[in-house]
Amino acid sequence: MRGGGPATVVFLLPMLVVFGLFSWAPIVQSVVMSFQETNLVTAPTFAGLENFRTVLADPLLWTAVRNTLWFAVLALLLGYPIPLVAAVLMSEVRRFKGLYSTLAYLPVVIPPVVAVLLWKFFYDASPSGVFNTLLGAVGIGPVPWLQDASTAMVSLVIEATWAAAGGTVIIYLAALTSVPPEQYEAAEIDGASVWGKVWHVTIPRLRGVLLITFILQIVGTAQVFLEPFLFTGGGPANSTTTVLLLIYNYAFANSLGGDYGSATALSLMLAVVLGVLSAIYFRLTRSWSAS
Amino acid sequence: MKSIAVLAVATAVLAACSGGGAQSADGKTVVNVSLDPGLEQGAIDAFNARVAQFESANPSIDLVPREYKWDATTFTTQLAGGTLPDVFTVPFTDGRGLIERKQIADISGQVAGLPYAGKFNKEIAKAGSADDGKMWAVPIAAHGQALHYNRTLFTQAGLDPDKPPTSWEEIRSAAKQISEKTGQAGFAMMTSGNTGGWIATTLAYAFGGRTEKLEGDTAKSTVDSPEMVKALQAVKAMRWDDNSMGANFLYEWGTINQDFAAGRIGMYVSGGGNYGSLKAQNAMKPEDYGVAALPLTGGANAGVLGGGTLAAVSAKAEEPVKAAAVKWIDFYYLEKLTNKDAAVADAKTTADSGQAVGSPELPVFDKAAFDERMTWIAQYVNVPVKQMTPYTDKMFGQPLVPEPTRSTQQVYALLDPVVQSVLTDRGADIGSLLNGVRTQAQALLDKK
Repeated sequence: MRGGGPATVVFLLPMLVVFGLFSWAPIVQSVVMSFQETNLVTAPTFAGLENFRTVLADPLLWTAVRNTLWFAVLALLLGYPIPLVAAVLMSEVRRFKGLYSTLAYLPVVIPPVVAVLLWKFFYDASPSGVFNTLLGAVGIGPVPWLQDASTAMVSLVIEATWAAAGGTVIIYLAALTSVPPEQYEAAEIDGASVWGKVWHVTIPRLRGVLLITFILQIVGTAQVFLEPFLFTGGGPANSTTTVLLLIYNYAFANSLGGDYGSATALSLMLAVVLGVLSAIYFRLTRSWSAS
Repeated sequence: MKSIAVLAVATAVLAACSGGGAQSADGKTVVNVSLDPGLEQGAIDAFNARVAQFESANPSIDLVPREYKWDATTFTTQLAGGTLPDVFTVPFTDGRGLIERKQIADISGQVAGLPYAGKFNKEIAKAGSADDGKMWAVPIAAHGQALHYNRTLFTQAGLDPDKPPTSWEEIRSAAKQISEKTGQAGFAMMTSGNTGGWIATTLAYAFGGRTEKLEGDTAKSTVDSPEMVKALQAVKAMRWDDNSMGANFLYEWGTINQDFAAGRIGMYVSGGGNYGSLKAQNAMKPEDYGVAALPLTGGANAGVLGGGTLAAVSAKAEEPVKAAAVKWIDFYYLEKLTNKDAAVADAKTTADSGQAVGSPELPVFDKAAFDERMTWIAQYVNVPVKQMTPYTDKMFGQPLVPEPTRSTQQVYALLDPVVQSVLTDRGADIGSLLNGVRTQAQALLDKK
């Protein structure tokens, strides 16, 4: 049976049907739709490259690209190192290890929409808001949080980092268990400090995982939608309109039958850009991760 | 066997969920009808009572209530996905576009058969009619914008709640006083999900401006009119000179209602009949509520932005469903406006369930029919009528100006960021922001 046969096909069939119906067919359909003008109610017409031209001529596109890059940079600065530091610290502690990983993972368990609504409440920009009351006690603020173009994106990233860090921490913790203890012992005998152990033993050992989480983070941040959609709706004054939110707005913000052509065209462009980015990234880092 | 049963149930549920209605097993015509989401239990009971009354009068029709409320962002999804109820409501602004694109069913034949078909207010009937005058969507409610205010906050701030502001200068000084004395927002404004553009347009109208100029078949965008600039400058002064607009500048319709009912907002501009929603969805305390006419300034051209609601039928509905749907529109939305027994029955059911009867509204038919209906339901009116007189005494005398007709929601969407900039950026240059919007708006208008 190892070579396959009818039974294999039978076992494979449900997966093929589910993926085909809910993943691949919509992808193919959206590629087709990006070359059409359609409101999904009346029959679509072929539009050639018109949708792509419309999207590229939209001044909001570049605002959205800039905002998405800004989110990605902030998320890398905040969201990438924090889980690693947390995981390394947690792996160093001897007692209550389970408690720490549970606490770190807890935000991931909270449904994202609930978390955002909760944080929206914390981010109340009046002096009596939760965060502003806390900061006010040490003489800071009130901070406008979501209500100002300069602080809105940072506020989104802080919440996003809080919400997602737990998952990455668990991945790092798992990877850290694969580091042979003898290497730490050897480093200790050589007189290495905690930082020395991390730099010379832990990080090189985690290299593969770090590379993967890095690209996952890039792909994830390029597709950020939930936070700007629920927190700010892209505001104030488009300062948090991201590429994915723009796609959503093309399709759904105009109540009279959205511009699904432009929405799918931009989705396609985003997918291609991310695909190319990932390919380049893996090519550049192949030698590094293998070494 | 179990999985087959589950599959069968799932299929049945999917079939029931898909728009277009169908015949049920016992041969009844199934019609999905809209019920506002998030209602208090009393309002749900009132709705269910009406459904039961309809079904007993029409034993061959089976109504299935489905939660639905028009929302700029979810409506398209539902329209495209075919998941709208068979009978749903849309704002006046969407009527013509939906008809032109044939995205709703042509029910003009059935509507023409209604006894009051020819009696609609002509201006209002236009919102739901095709170019040839056939009515595809039925106007069920009309309103003008008004200034809603919190009487309790007025009192706390040392203002007389029976004498609400009658000019924009008075609004500004009242807002400042409320904000200083109570710590709450004196005046707040919607800014998100196209509502920023909606309210900005309302203010521009009140200052005597318009946002589009129709010349034959072409339309010229005038969103950057001096009146719009003046209106936004008034807002800017309240925000930055007086700091009387609170700390939330990302409100949309639902959230501003919520904060207003919670006593966090002194004044805001929204539809004149908003009290019903405030009561049904936000548990507004009647004693807190006041509503006044929007101050008009800027001469003869100044007007109140009007709007309203149309009832429409899904494009996917087949003939029997269309017929049953129009019967329901007649029964639930219109009979209560035209027939004494129906008006009384509706008012009684609504009042018995603790919901608002008698919120201010404008006539869908003529003023005489409207006045007559008000006498029919007088004994069930349970809204704080006296607190509404600053609006109701003036509402028929104010010139009502319809919303812009071309690319309305898209132009509103372009204005949202402008309003947000004015409220969040002290240095916002209103003139140049509006200039940018005009270029984009003109491109939209030229497309048509």
